[in-house]
Amino acid sequence: MKILVPIKRVVDYNVKIRIKPDQSGVELTNVKMSMNPFDEIAVEEAVKLKEKGLASEIVVVTIGAAIAQDVLRTAMAIGADRGILVTTPLATDLGGLEPLAVAKLLQKLVEKEQPNVVIMGKQSIDDDSNQTGQMLAALMGWPQATFASKVEKVGDTLHVTREVDGGLETVEVGLPAIVTTDLRLNTPRYASLPNIMKAKQKPLETIDSATLGVDTAPRLKMIGLTDPPKRSGGIKVASVDELIAKLKNEAKVI
Amino acid sequence: MSILVIAEHSNSTLRPSTLNAISAAGKLGIDISVLVAGHGVSAVADALAKCAGVTKVIVADSGKLEHHLPENTADFIASFAKTFTHIVAPATAFGKNLLPRLAALLDTQMISDVIDIISADTFKRPVYAGNAIATVQSSDAIKLLTVRTTAFDAVATSGGSASLENMDTSSVTVPANTKFVGAELTQSARPELTAAKIVISGGRGLGSKENFAIVEKLADKLGAAVGASRAAVDSGYAPNDYQVGQTGKIVAPSLYVAVGISGAIQHLAGMKDSKIIVAINKDPDAPIFQVADYGLVADLFEALPQLTEKL
Repeated sequence: MKILVPIKRVVDYNVKIRIKPDQSGVELTNVKMSMNPFDEIAVEEAVKLKEKGLASEIVVVTIGAAIAQDVLRTAMAIGADRGILVTTPLATDLGGLEPLAVAKLLQKLVEKEQPNVVIMGKQSIDDDSNQTGQMLAALMGWPQATFASKVEKVGDTLHVTREVDGGLETVEVGLPAIVTTDLRLNTPRYASLPNIMKAKQKPLETIDSATLGVDTAPRLKMIGLTDPPKRSGGIKVASVDELIAKLKNEAKVI
Repeated sequence: MSILVIAEHSNSTLRPSTLNAISAAGKLGIDISVLVAGHGVSAVADALAKCAGVTKVIVADSGKLEHHLPENTADFIASFAKTFTHIVAPATAFGKNLLPRLAALLDTQMISDVIDIISADTFKRPVYAGNAIATVQSSDAIKLLTVRTTAFDAVATSGGSASLENMDTSSVTVPANTKFVGAELTQSARPELTAAKIVISGGRGLGSKENFAIVEKLADKLGAAVGASRAAVDSGYAPNDYQVGQTGKIVAPSLYVAVGISGAIQHLAGMKDSKIIVAINKDPDAPIFQVADYGLVADLFEALPQLTEKL
């Protein structure tokens, strides 16, 4: 089983973002970037499947500027076999390359690489769209198992437990298929120093997105990006009695 | 303008998220059709026909649509979608699973988690875990949106008189390579988390699954739903569908009580639009106090039982 894992370089989840004064986007200069957390889980799951002898090769793909290759190296240090960087001059967080365009670029790579399964994060923590995996599945005409918290290979199929609003749901998907990862699927490992060194020797191919013949022009125009409404600072109460009094008389919520 | 709302339901009952989606659709125009795709859905269709603001209920009843698998549901909707200008679904696990697949089939860049409708083509949505609000204008012929349910009031479940139309489902395919195996739903007598007026959430500070019961006791006293932080879920104190946050559920109740929750960005993304936020935490520097209207610095194991008793 060959696994393709698309990953994304995003602002680190711990960073408090700043909006550019002209409202065109988020300030990314000198900001710590890392692999999207859901994608780390996707890489880990692929590596686990390989360790169980269920996968033969793991190919990681990212789309972005040249510097995005650093997340490919991270993924290869975790255990991916090789990486593909698809370069684009467009922004990948907001106002540039959109999920549909990403899905179409990935479709070209899937057709070229012919993986049996694509495992990817359920959403990126910058744009928060939660769309790309589902769109790729549609473009390929493949089954989709989104928000996965458990993946098991059963014969020629995958049994995927999905996190849904009322609890859990299990679907069986035949291969090839798309799986998108939820947080509880696994705990990603840290890459060890020797593995980071080894990852530098692994093959990394660069493809210019313009050569893939995909129309990546944005369909959405960013009109502006603003801060959410601020909450006014509250007060501290001294006792449970005071809290109850405030909720009853002042806030009138109980 | 003609708008299609995709109803979320369990085949036998309508999910409240649909009422919020219809309300959002009402901001776009008055010609609102609601699609009920599923199996044995006549009660759901009848309930929808009575909902305020609904013009037409389109019923697609087929065993092949029973489990709402996007692999065939999206294909089916795509076959007639082009007669609409807008397609709206709630931004729940159901809507998030289905709508992007439909969008790709229609070659449309859909818009996720809309919190405000400015005009027929311009929408607001939160990005970066709710730390920024993007206003976007769509140039696609059909606009596909999932809407954040807590951002739109539910429409009334009475007063409407929509017509019912049964669709021919003979073209619906059996999904070639996907099979529904089973579901394991959390049993609870409490109100649904995303629709509850009061939510009591517990975090890592609870320390164990057993201790989580003191949160549940307070919730039962107040008729509230129970939520949890990711830390509490990951530690096994609460089931995953209790999780409130960027990666869990988004809630906006009248009263949100955060117990033993520090207030990480990820958690705040799921609850900071609540009307009143109360934080009970023994760490006076916990970030949750920066968004809380009322903060009580106290040991939750003393404060919570007291609170439950005195209410």
